[in-house]
Amino acid sequence: MKKNIAGTEVDVNEEGYLTDMSQWNEAIAAAIAAEEGVGALTDAHMKVVRYLREQQAKGAALTIRSMGKSGVVTTKELYDLFPGGPLKKSSKIAGIPKPVGCI
Amino acid sequence: MSTPDDKQPVKKICIIVSRGSLDGIYPALIMANGARMEGIEASLFFTFFGLNGLANKTLDHMKVSTVGNAALNMAMPMLGMPMTMPFPTWMGALPGVSAFATSLMNREMEKLDIPPVREFLELISDSGGKIFACKLAMDMFKLKKEDLMDRVDGVLTVGQFYEESAGAGTHILFT
Repeated sequence: MKKNIAGTEVDVNEEGYLTDMSQWNEAIAAAIAAEEGVGALTDAHMKVVRYLREQQAKGAALTIRSMGKSGVVTTKELYDLFPGGPLKKSSKIAGIPKPVGCI
Repeated sequence: MSTPDDKQPVKKICIIVSRGSLDGIYPALIMANGARMEGIEASLFFTFFGLNGLANKTLDHMKVSTVGNAALNMAMPMLGMPMTMPFPTWMGALPGVSAFATSLMNREMEKLDIPPVREFLELISDSGGKIFACKLAMDMFKLKKEDLMDRVDGVLTVGQFYEESAGAGTHILFT
């Protein structure tokens, strides 16, 4: 389905995740972050978001464990930055699909 | 009929871990970590043989239970054999079978990015999950707080565990 986020028409699934990561921009990220209750995006948030997009582009499977070992963010920081769903919310903000793993 | 109003979210999950085999503890760790990833509060209460998973001397050497496990045929695909291939339960008692099954399972879990027990407990602790040990079981097994891994948040009585579990939207699970 189509959704207008931050003035841009993008394709999203029924949960609001972008289905085409190339349609993403930082204004969209900020709008989704506000909607998800994450608040204003800081450099620390954006570091995670950019890392997620890089990993997704490489086709890597994302887990909470691999994030903690990435060197980009610690597990604690990730939970603090994206309260209520560290991997789910950061992925949504990054414009990539919802992570499918259990870890 | 379920209506949207019935769908009250799970707010907190308290998991009682009473088994001390590798296959006994992992489901609880996975469920607790999964809860935190969904923004659900999680606490783990280790009691009886579950303390095997918190004691510094034992937690890095936990084994898959092969004796009396009638479902070991499920491990056959890890060896490239069909799941329907029988694995008689008496074979589980042979020397080395438990160690072999353990190394097999550890290998498969590593492939799925499931951490070893100690790292998993640290991950859950870092994510804000709480780890508790049962006082009565500690007394029974002659364990002291300093015998347990450093992420343990406390040694609780049963009553204290129920206090810790208080609140609407809390679920208590026994494993």
